[in-house]
Amino acid sequence: MTAPLSRRVAAAGRTSLFHLVSSVLAVIFLFPLVWALLSSLKSPQDANAVPPTWLPDPVSLGNYQNLASYGEGIGAYGWNSLFTAVLTVLVTVVLCVLAGYGFARFEFLGKQPLFVVILAILMVPYATMLLPLYILLGHLGMQDSLVGLALVEAVFQLPFGILIMRNAFESVPRDLEEAASLDGCGPLGALRHVSLPIVTPGIVTVSLFAFLASWNEFLAPLIFLNTGRLFTLPLMLVNVRSGTFGEIDFGALQAGVVVAMVPCLVLYLVLQRYYVSGLLNGALRG
Amino acid sequence: MSSLTRARRRALTGQLFVAPAAVIVAALFVVPLGMLVAMSFQDYPLLGSPTWTGLDNYAAIGHDERFLGAIGFTLVYTAVTAVVMFAVSFVLVAIANSKRRGARVYSTFYFLPYVVGVAAATLMWFVDTDTFVGVFNQILTTLHVVDEPVAFLSNPTLAFWTIIALVTWKFIGFQVVVLLMGLQSIPAELYEAARMDGASAWHQLRYITLPFLRPVLALLFILNVTGSLLAFDQFLILTKGGPDNSTVSLVYAVYNTAFVSFDLGRAAALSVVLLVVLLLISAVQLPLLRRKDV
Repeated sequence: MTAPLSRRVAAAGRTSLFHLVSSVLAVIFLFPLVWALLSSLKSPQDANAVPPTWLPDPVSLGNYQNLASYGEGIGAYGWNSLFTAVLTVLVTVVLCVLAGYGFARFEFLGKQPLFVVILAILMVPYATMLLPLYILLGHLGMQDSLVGLALVEAVFQLPFGILIMRNAFESVPRDLEEAASLDGCGPLGALRHVSLPIVTPGIVTVSLFAFLASWNEFLAPLIFLNTGRLFTLPLMLVNVRSGTFGEIDFGALQAGVVVAMVPCLVLYLVLQRYYVSGLLNGALRG
Repeated sequence: MSSLTRARRRALTGQLFVAPAAVIVAALFVVPLGMLVAMSFQDYPLLGSPTWTGLDNYAAIGHDERFLGAIGFTLVYTAVTAVVMFAVSFVLVAIANSKRRGARVYSTFYFLPYVVGVAAATLMWFVDTDTFVGVFNQILTTLHVVDEPVAFLSNPTLAFWTIIALVTWKFIGFQVVVLLMGLQSIPAELYEAARMDGASAWHQLRYITLPFLRPVLALLFILNVTGSLLAFDQFLILTKGGPDNSTVSLVYAVYNTAFVSFDLGRAAALSVVLLVVLLLISAVQLPLLRRKDV
């Protein structure tokens, strides 16, 4: 009952063609990422060589050392990025857990209008809002401040986060909490001890997206931050790209790109399940 | 009586839970939205006090050649990006949806650029497309595609297509994931029944796959268009709007008006126009997505 030889050959041919096309595409997609890593590990001379060398020989950390002495040092800018991202995550998670719980569990005056206003944030592109926010943060004394930056970044995470947390809390059976309140728990106690552990996957998803959005954000820090010492990684790297005295250090630039992208890739690979579910939840918000 | 107060207490508790979010949204969304509209009716210098000028800022948009140029450029960019992204994503999703071994690994690879930030992704392309140091030229000359290194960012056409290649590479992973999920939500029995009835592959695509995917395709189209209309990072970082201001997008024009010309009032008016256009697109989006009937 085996298929005729000619058909098996044709099937094998199609499979080979599939793998040929797919792997050529895979190389194209991976290449710039791998190339950034390889270039960053060349010696600074090789990384700026014309024409470029193919492989790092010898392997060197010179580009990373140059980056460490650029401006305030990559560590300072990395810290600014990390601080802003972690603060964005904290603000986002606290606000979204509380509001998501409130929307899922309680009936109150103004519930519907507030929910609509929060969802309206999705419809208003944040790029158009940065101008008045820039002026407003100035009035609040938070212009040129990482805290102000994190607050703004958190606001634009709210619609996605509150939607996810509300849905998560709605899927927790009310009986569980009612049992807890009979045992003398108040609403906050019921939230903390009963529901919170169950909605942890939602919290992970919200945190992940808030972190990545803040870590990668470019336009908001570009507008809000004036002091070089406060620059986040993407902003500092764009300064490296502009060069000093017309000289661009391509090796340092690639090393900086690696520092900026590795946390994203690691978080994605470790939290892939949350990442994809969050992506689809966010995308199918309509 | 006691049940009424209990209900009131619960309502108050609910309001307390949403209060922090409500305060932040009021302070950092509702208030600035109002400020944006107010600013658009004022002559608003970066330093110094603003004065009310009515509709002047809006009237000036029609004479602002840079902004009109940015509109034209952004529309072309949006259209080309949509066509290229859909064409490429159909090929990639066909691979990702294959039952052959390795399909999952391939689709992970196609997705990875999406995970990297736009700034980092654009900066690596900035290095790679350099005329002298860039590896793209090294590859093209080694493969004898070109004899002399190409200056990718030196003429408007090449710079435009370099950006298109960059955004396709960077953003297509998302589109592939969403399409894949759409494909996998189609009941397999439908295809089996169609095959029993002798339907050709083309007919299966035409009468099963496409109708089922329509809401997903509409959604991706809208996200694609709104994303392109708001594009900024890649233009500032890769081309700095050049060469000859040929790659200045709408948001870039707003940015220039505010922080290069220091005319915040005009920039606010431009923002309001952009905002209204995107709201209209969002309004169109809803009925498109709701029509899940075949």
